Amino acid sequence: MSDQQAVKVAPPPGKPDDWVPAGDLQEVVDPHWFFHEAPRETVFITGSEAAREAIRRANVDCAISYPITPQSETMQQCGYLYDEGYIKDYYRGEEEIGVMSAVGGASRAGVRSLTATSGPGLMRGMEAISSWPGARTPLVLLNMCRVINTPLAIQPDNIEISFLLNTGILHLHAEHQQDFYDYSLAAFLVSEEVDVTLPCVVSVDGFFVTHARGHVSMQDEKYKIPPRDGWRSAVPAMDNENPPARISRDAPIQKSNFISYHMHASWQQEVFAAVQRSAKYFKRYIGDQIEVVNPGAEEMIIASGSCVSQAREAVRQSEEAGREVGLVKIKTVRPFPTQQLIEAVKGAKRILIPEFNQAGWLHQNVCSALIGHTQAQIAPGPRVYGGMTMPTELVLDWLEEFRKPNPSFTF
Amino acid sequence: MSLANLTPSPGFEDWLPVEYKDLVNEGPYFREKKPKVSDMGKFKEILEEHPMCAGCAMTLFIRLTFIGLPNPEHSIIVGTAGCGRLAISQASIPFIYGNYGDTNAVASGLKHGLDIRFPNQPKDVLVMAGDGGLIDIGFQQLMHSWFRKEKFTTIMLDNEVYGNTGGQESGMTQHGKILKMAPRGKTGDKIDALGLAKVAGVDYIARIAPTNPSRVARTVRRAVLVAREIGSAYIQAYTSCNIEYAIPTPEVMQDAFDVEKERYGFEEIISDRAKEYLKEIEKKDKKK
Repeated sequence: MSDQQAVKVAPPPGKPDDWVPAGDLQEVVDPHWFFHEAPRETVFITGSEAAREAIRRANVDCAISYPITPQSETMQQCGYLYDEGYIKDYYRGEEEIGVMSAVGGASRAGVRSLTATSGPGLMRGMEAISSWPGARTPLVLLNMCRVINTPLAIQPDNIEISFLLNTGILHLHAEHQQDFYDYSLAAFLVSEEVDVTLPCVVSVDGFFVTHARGHVSMQDEKYKIPPRDGWRSAVPAMDNENPPARISRDAPIQKSNFISYHMHASWQQEVFAAVQRSAKYFKRYIGDQIEVVNPGAEEMIIASGSCVSQAREAVRQSEEAGREVGLVKIKTVRPFPTQQLIEAVKGAKRILIPEFNQAGWLHQNVCSALIGHTQAQIAPGPRVYGGMTMPTELVLDWLEEFRKPNPSFTF
Repeated sequence: MSLANLTPSPGFEDWLPVEYKDLVNEGPYFREKKPKVSDMGKFKEILEEHPMCAGCAMTLFIRLTFIGLPNPEHSIIVGTAGCGRLAISQASIPFIYGNYGDTNAVASGLKHGLDIRFPNQPKDVLVMAGDGGLIDIGFQQLMHSWFRKEKFTTIMLDNEVYGNTGGQESGMTQHGKILKMAPRGKTGDKIDALGLAKVAGVDYIARIAPTNPSRVARTVRRAVLVAREIGSAYIQAYTSCNIEYAIPTPEVMQDAFDVEKERYGFEEIISDRAKEYLKEIEKKDKKK
């Protein structure tokens, strides 16, 4: 049930008197039915279009935009969705600090809130973004990954994900257009669960997915997921609908005493505990946090995002050559699927981690998760960045090198 | 907020602090006739205890601001780092203490969201932040909220210094003043924030010092009502820092009178549409 008050409002400028927002004509359906039972039709669309179609069905209240390549297309599509009446409110903000602050403000009002950005924009908005979890603001940020300057580049590279990992934000990494569609819808639902009440980022590798077409299986656009209920939250909405207290929700803990230290510490503990609690809800919509191909293989590739597609092809070509290579796809970067990963690579002797970034954030996370739980050697790569593609041959070459007694790369 | 939300269940009443019961029974919420400044001492105020410095003019101004709110039960305050938030966060009104300089962006999103959720109940959003928080670090968000004609009130607590961080010059400091980070005196002029508000098309603009308590309350009420129906509102209030400007506590109010006379006189700049609206509202008020 929505807590939004029913009201008859005048049609927006340029619309006829009998205009009905398209969103009002959609049917609210049960999320489980929507994800798992509703009939789907497969279309061939870009990642940006997949995001648009997810947003069309996501019952978004407020979307705040700012352009940056390669994200711009998605939020300008949101503008069209707003004009059609699928989104209730929409505006272009001043720049990313303003936008990320504003979308946090909208979420505090208790409405379903959305924005999107890419590498440098994410970094510009980082102070606001990193404060969302502590403010317990459920919202969704779609992140179309892009190189962080300098030197200036607009190419794909997912280095910016490394900056989000320790913020307390939920984070999914989509492999392809289908993931981007499904993950974006799941993100809203999980982020707004009462015992989660956290923001969620859905990252996708820019251009490779956003500007390329892929098959996406979608539910009919006549359906939408239930609205956000502003009353259902771990913290009250800032709507002045609660009894007054002489204390702000954003606790005044900046005084230097032991009570303030404990308040801040316990608040952070709760945020990171909520990240863990989100796992059961993600499972409800997108299945396990990882996908395993060829479980039990001695050679495993662990990857996330579009690297998974490259790895799948490497697995297929290895199979043709008579070698079994396994693959673990990480769907949820946060919460990180530590236990599932430990189980998935139990029989592995060699683990390869291809990444689209220089820092190797996935490698670091995998090593932290597996330390003391595996005898396997873990290769720090291959990595490409700055906009380079990752040929399947590169993954296969690294696997070949890995099999030598003294491979040329260091661990 | 409804009266039912505010009022404790009979079984719980005895267990609530006197403070809360007083707020319910003697507070300014849901009164047909709002308590006035002249009623101070006869009702439970939204802001009472606070950790501000003795003699702080800013505290007086904040206290009066809360009395001026037309509907405190439907008001939300947004602030940022600075002296003011120490008092504002102690008030019995929801307060968002955001990041440095983000107030007018947060308030924009908040107001848009509240308008979606409560189309039949105006929710008054007010930004109350310092001169540094608004004109320096928050400049871009401040200006763009005005350019977008966002319907909320911005109140600048202008003490002409970064008081909370220990007395550094701000954009609102006067030319030539020697303060921390301006060891040879401030080189630039005090920023003409009122002029900027005018250029940006803010519908209600006021400059004020806390010398006339009833005028402060009336100015706040006017700003909030214009923001509710017409467009952006901006109040710039001289709220001296007696610590950093070394004003002896007993002389804080004299300083306010002197500065008001010299360069901070009460001034309102109101758009025609806001004037018309206020005229109508105030005519109705008089009839009551």
